[in-house]
Amino acid sequence: MKILVCISHVPDTTSKINFTNNNAEFDKNGVQFVINPYDEFCLTRAMWFKEKQGATITVVNVGGAETEPTLRKALAIGADDAIRINTEATDGFLVAKELAAVVKNGGYDLVLAGKESADYNGQMVPGMLASLVDYNFVNACVDIVVDDNSATLKREIDGGNETLTANLPLVVGGQKGIVEEKDLRIPNMRGIMMARKKPLQVLEATGTEATTAITSYEKPAAKGPVKLVDASNLDELISLLHNEAKVI
Amino acid sequence: MSVLVFADSKDGKFKKTALEVVSYGKKVASQLGVNLIALTVNVNETSELYNYGAEKVLNVSNNSLSTFNANKYAGLLEQAANKENASVIIIDSSIDSLYMAPLLAVNLNAGYASNVVAAPSNTAPFTVKRQAFSNKAFSHTEIHSAKKIIGLAKNSFGIHESSVAGTTENFEANIVESNVVSTNIERVTGKVTIADADIVVSAGRGMKGPENWGMIEELAGVLNAATACSKPVSDLGWRPHGEHVGQTGKPVASNLYIAIGISGAIQHLAGINASKVKVVINTDAEAPFFKAADYGVVGDAFEVVPQLIEKLKAFKAA
Repeated sequence: MKILVCISHVPDTTSKINFTNNNAEFDKNGVQFVINPYDEFCLTRAMWFKEKQGATITVVNVGGAETEPTLRKALAIGADDAIRINTEATDGFLVAKELAAVVKNGGYDLVLAGKESADYNGQMVPGMLASLVDYNFVNACVDIVVDDNSATLKREIDGGNETLTANLPLVVGGQKGIVEEKDLRIPNMRGIMMARKKPLQVLEATGTEATTAITSYEKPAAKGPVKLVDASNLDELISLLHNEAKVI
Repeated sequence: MSVLVFADSKDGKFKKTALEVVSYGKKVASQLGVNLIALTVNVNETSELYNYGAEKVLNVSNNSLSTFNANKYAGLLEQAANKENASVIIIDSSIDSLYMAPLLAVNLNAGYASNVVAAPSNTAPFTVKRQAFSNKAFSHTEIHSAKKIIGLAKNSFGIHESSVAGTTENFEANIVESNVVSTNIERVTGKVTIADADIVVSAGRGMKGPENWGMIEELAGVLNAATACSKPVSDLGWRPHGEHVGQTGKPVASNLYIAIGISGAIQHLAGINASKVKVVINTDAEAPFFKAADYGVVGDAFEVVPQLIEKLKAFKAA
């Protein structure tokens, strides 16, 4: 099985978010970048397929040279090779179209991608990619079993789960549950050394045009201090929630 | 030209989010000076949408659509958008809508902005405000394509009445084939889900063990709320993953979020920032969550929560 795992290069989840250039750009100063957590779940699931059923794993990212350490980390975890598409990932549709060119050329059986990235949370790239290459698609996936040419999947629905079947080739938008967090792989020294020698191919972008553009950012308005209520006076809390906040 | 909204329903009745997207659609249609059309599936009585500004309702009746399928629903919206020459298509942010919207965007070659929290600040260029960085910031995004898709974040715009004399017509759409087949659906019955809840009662490691969740469920029951938990709690297996709220868990945009025994890690706060009112109950007065809260009680959950349940019962009965 040929597996492609799409990797986003995102700020660590503990990052403080700030902006520069008159709030027109994200301030990367002092920010640690990591593999998008949702993609990390997918990469670990791909490793499971590789070890249990036999598969090759290619990881792909759309981004500049500064994203290569993130791809190298994916190689250290166990991916076989990497592709970087050399353009800035400014828009979900643009990213999906660039990835589609790789998928069409690579003939992958299974494409795994986090259901969203932890920076822009658009939740659009996996579905757009699937549609562009005419692969089946399941989003918010919390389990996948592949048997020859078909897959049985579980996806989250509001208030439960749905079981689905779909033939390969298939794009999956994955999330926590597709593997457990305790099973996530941490690169060991041998993996890190081997990753240095694994192929990382840089492809020039197709030059597709973005459909959206971010013009500026803002942070949520600062909130006032917390109103503390004495633990022995919970009637006051109920009164505040009823009369002031009007939520009960 | 028109604005098209997808008014989602459950068991033939409109969801609250349907009324919110119709309200939002009315605002956008007014800004553009065009009509508002709503698409509904398997709804018997659609006139409720006229109260929120839908001038025309296209209702599809088809048993094969009783179970959601992303390809089929994207096909429906594509056909409705083309029929009505819709330049803006608006949907909610349910798990199903987030599954369908990217497919629709490709079908229509439309720019898609998800997590939108306000009416367009400008219509030329078409500019919307969106949640970004897991609710730690907002981005102002221009959509440049001829057709535009907006995914409206829950509880971000509100429900606004705007009565019109509407009409409903049956929409005979072609149901597209899908190779993704649903074989089983398991729903947690008898509980309010986080997606539907106006109030969420959430608890963390301060509860000391899964055996102590009875009082959390009782409090949620009194408030008709959903239950949720912090990441360590779901990692420990005390509660199901579906209840994990936070950056890699579920986002919560409820009217009231009550956090009990949760310290307030930055990833947890990112998941609940969109909630309107936050109450924190914690023994540690220095817990970071108090900085993000509107109301706080410094106290032991095992003493505070049972008292709160009794007082809320009395309040509800009064």
